[in-house]
Formats: sequence, structure tokens, C-alpha cells
Amino acid sequence: MSILVVAEHDNNEIKGSTLNTVTAASEIGGDVSVLVAGSESSSAAEQASKISGISSVIHVDDPIYKNFLAEDLGNLVASIAEGFNYILAPATTFGKNFLPRVAAKLDVQQISDIISVEDPDTFKRPIYAGSCIATVKSNDSVKVITVRTTAFDASLMSDSSVTVNPGDVVDSLNNSSFVNDEIAESDRPELTAADVIVSGGRALGSSENFKIIEALADKLGAAVGASRAAVDAGYVPNDYQVGQTGKIVAPSLYIAIGISGAIQHLAGMKDSKIIVAINRDEDAPIFQVADYGLVGDLFEAVPELTDSV
Amino acid sequence: MKILVPVKRVVDYNVKVRPLSDNSNVDLNNVKMSVNPFCEIAVEEAVRLKESGQATEVVVVTVGGDESQEQLRACLALGADRAILAQSEGLLEPLAIAKVLTKIVESENPNLVILGKQAIDGDNNQTGQMLAAMLDMPQATFASELKIEGDNAVVTREIDGGLQTISVNLPAIVTTDLRLNEPRYASLPNIMQAKKKDLSVQNVSDLGIDVSDRTSILSVELPPTREAGVMVDSVEELVEKLKNEAKVIT
Repeated sequence: MSILVVAEHDNNEIKGSTLNTVTAASEIGGDVSVLVAGSESSSAAEQASKISGISSVIHVDDPIYKNFLAEDLGNLVASIAEGFNYILAPATTFGKNFLPRVAAKLDVQQISDIISVEDPDTFKRPIYAGSCIATVKSNDSVKVITVRTTAFDASLMSDSSVTVNPGDVVDSLNNSSFVNDEIAESDRPELTAADVIVSGGRALGSSENFKIIEALADKLGAAVGASRAAVDAGYVPNDYQVGQTGKIVAPSLYIAIGISGAIQHLAGMKDSKIIVAINRDEDAPIFQVADYGLVGDLFEAVPELTDSV
Repeated sequence: MKILVPVKRVVDYNVKVRPLSDNSNVDLNNVKMSVNPFCEIAVEEAVRLKESGQATEVVVVTVGGDESQEQLRACLALGADRAILAQSEGLLEPLAIAKVLTKIVESENPNLVILGKQAIDGDNNQTGQMLAAMLDMPQATFASELKIEGDNAVVTREIDGGLQTISVNLPAIVTTDLRLNEPRYASLPNIMQAKKKDLSVQNVSDLGIDVSDRTSILSVELPPTREAGVMVDSVEELVEKLKNEAKVIT
């Protein structure tokens, strides 16, 4: 069995999602190779070569891969796919964007967002916003899979490194171009990697009021999240959204403040280890998944909590 | 400019879906069905492009059974001009749906295809990207803003770290994220008018493509439930529990 993991990176560093995906690959079992496709990305390739449990790194470096545009990355991965039984990528916006193109090129039905490997052909994945878990068997000879990163531990890094082999560039389709990124700079931990998350909902009422969420987060060294309602209302940017269509998180501690707990939000956070809910409405569905619930006025409770932790 | 909008009939987003008692699949008996919310956003965006004079025709298409006509009519009531039902037996997988849509795109020749980024039943997030690959077209997924500038679509995309803007040559495939727009409600006159709009039916079996299932669902179960928690009476008690019982803060 040979498995190709497509690494998510920023041309300098490997992202944590890559390490979770390698673990999923190891659970399938076989020879794991990691593809690092980027531009001026030698340091990312070198870092990838130190991931425990892999047998080689394929490094393809060209300006056309600088921004990981789906057209060129998809064609590259499809061209490398021959000889591999499995192609894996993290189920982040990076992997979701290009991997279905690879599956289409290979005439394979992709299995999205797996949360466990049952056997080499069979996987579990959430459907209907996590209301149900389906056990799905793939009958394709090649498996193309995205991996829910919170469902697999991160692979460790080792002191030794495996060989880095250069790979061939595939001619660009030249039909898409990068304009710009607006990536939020923050001193807080990244949402999907944070050990503690403080999330706010519509009950905060304004972006000004959201500062009490941020103050608690900073006291706890936590990341800040939000419900869809809070993002739609413009209190915080889109990349704060936790839920079915936003980020999937599973921190040690998730504090949901003024979030009612729609199933679409629960889908993104219910695998957290400890969930705390603070809400004025004692019937809010969030309390059904919370380990600790506090009914009360968040504008009193949150500052008090910030002062006492 | 002609816009094609593929849509999907799915369980309404308010329905709490449960497995069948034999766990063979989900129980869809007597549940409310709707247009997938992301598809509604796609229809809305296309209709707005027509209303602003940038598009000339909006065609909606779905792949499914006869019952999907209901969702096509709903899209016509939102402002689409005509509809195509690619009639299939049973529900197709995203790969097969993308193959059917490829045939429709080849015969309709739209300048732009807008579709939802995912359907809220399978949560696969595949069809748009697969369609783009089969047609060798550029794609702009997870769109929160779409502007037509000459022969290009300039699209702002919602990505994990924030926002990314790309420019794709037309014809292109765009998939919608939640904040692209807020879909309108169909007015009663528009619902009445939609009944008279053209809805053509094609049979998927006539398209000469392989739409067989590549995966099998072995079982569908409820996710593990969380143990019931406790309610605390004060912030003080909460902090005490988090420190000494859960040991998640120090």
C-alpha cells in the first residue's frame, strides 16, 4: 500500500493539519510519502522530511504553486497520483479546494472529512451536520480522502529526516490568478490548534461588546471563536466561525458565551473535551452538550469570570 | 452572459435527521425537503447579476428524481428564467452528478456556473470542484464576493485564515459561501408565474455516462452522546469546577 499525503504549508512551515493527516495515513497503513508543492518552499520541504513515520518527501517547487491555486495543484497531484493507492489531504479550505479536482481527474468518488479508519477501504464520516455518522466503504481502486484534522492526533517530528526527491512541474492552465490575501494577524493561538477557545454568539450584540470575549480569551491564552449569527451580524470576521460550514474545533476547553447552540454550531465544537455554556436562556440547546452550564447575564458573568481565572 | 445554477433537493435545514431503525441509512420518510441553502444563495447571486444587467439568462438545473421539480419551481420563483431536470433513478454521488452537469454545461454553454459549496445532506463539498476539473475550467470556491470584470470573475473567497481574492477567466465555476448574499423570499405573484416557466426534462440514462455508485454505506448511526453535564449557580462555582474537577484551567 502506498499513500500520498498532500502537505498544507505556507512555503515556510508545514501546518499542523499536515501532521494530523499523516496520522490518518499511518492508520491506513503502508508507505507514506508527503508532497510539498510550493514556491521557494525548501524550508517547508525540509521540515516535512522530519515528520515521523513517513518514507519520503516529494518536493515540487515553482512559482505557479506559490498560492496553491486549485487548477495547477490539482493537475500536479493527479499527475503524481499514479503508483499511489491513496491520496490524502486535510479537510481544511486548502484540501477541500483542490482535492475534488484530483478525484475527478482520476475518476474516483472522494471520501470527504473522515473521522476514523475502520479498515483500509472503510471510513467513518459525519453527515447532516454531524447528526449522523456514516460508515462508508470505497469501491474505487484508488482512494481520495480528506481528513478531519481534529479526529486524528498530530504526528510527531523526529530528529532524523527522510529523502527529499524533486518532482516535475505540470504546465499551468493559466486560467486563474491570485490577487491578494487578507489574513488576520493575531497574537492569539490559531482557532483549529488552540487548547482553549472562547466563543461568542449573537447575544453579544455588537463588535464593541465582543471585547469582553477577547479579554477572557487573552486571560486564558485562548483563541476566539464565534457562531454564524455573530459573524453574519458583523461582530467578528468570517474566519472566527465555528460550525458545520466554518471551522471544526476540538479543544480541551470550549467556552460558549451567548450562543444558543444550533445544530450547525454544535457540529463544529461538540467533540471538545470540556464544554462550558453561559447563556441567559435556560432552555438553550447548548446546555444539552455542556459539561458546565451557567444561566445568567453574560455581561455580568464574563467580566467576573475574566477576573477570577 | 448566461449563468447556469445547479441546485440540489435536500432535507430542510431545520429537520433533525436520524438513522433508520436498522441503521442502513438516514430516515427520510415524511421529512420536509427544501432547496439546499447554499444553492439558494447561488440562485440569488445569479438573479442579482441579471437584475443589474450583467447577465441575460439564468438557467437552473438539478439531478434527481421527479420530486425535484418542486425545488426547480422554487428557484424559478426566485427569478431563474428556466429549469432543467436531469432525471436519475435514486440519488447520485457527487462524481456522477458532476459528470451529468458536465454534459449540461457542454450543451448549454454558460459563461458562468454558480453552485453551492456543499449540500447540507452529505456535506461533501465536491461537486463544483469536480465539475471544474472535468471541464478544465478555473474555479473560485467558497465565494463571499463576486464581481464580473470583462472576461474575468474577481472572487473573494472565505479561507481558514481570512479572505483571499482571486481572478478567474470566464467561463468559470464559482461555489458560494454563506455570506455571498442573503436570498430573497419568493413573492406570491412570482410563485404563480414560476408555474408557467419552462422546465425541461432529460433522462440521465440517455447521456451515455457511467453514474454508478463508487461507495457503499455500510451503516448510519447516531454520534456518541455527551454525558449530561451539571448546572452551576455562580461564576465562583464554575471556576472551582474547572480548576478542581475538570482540571482544564489552573
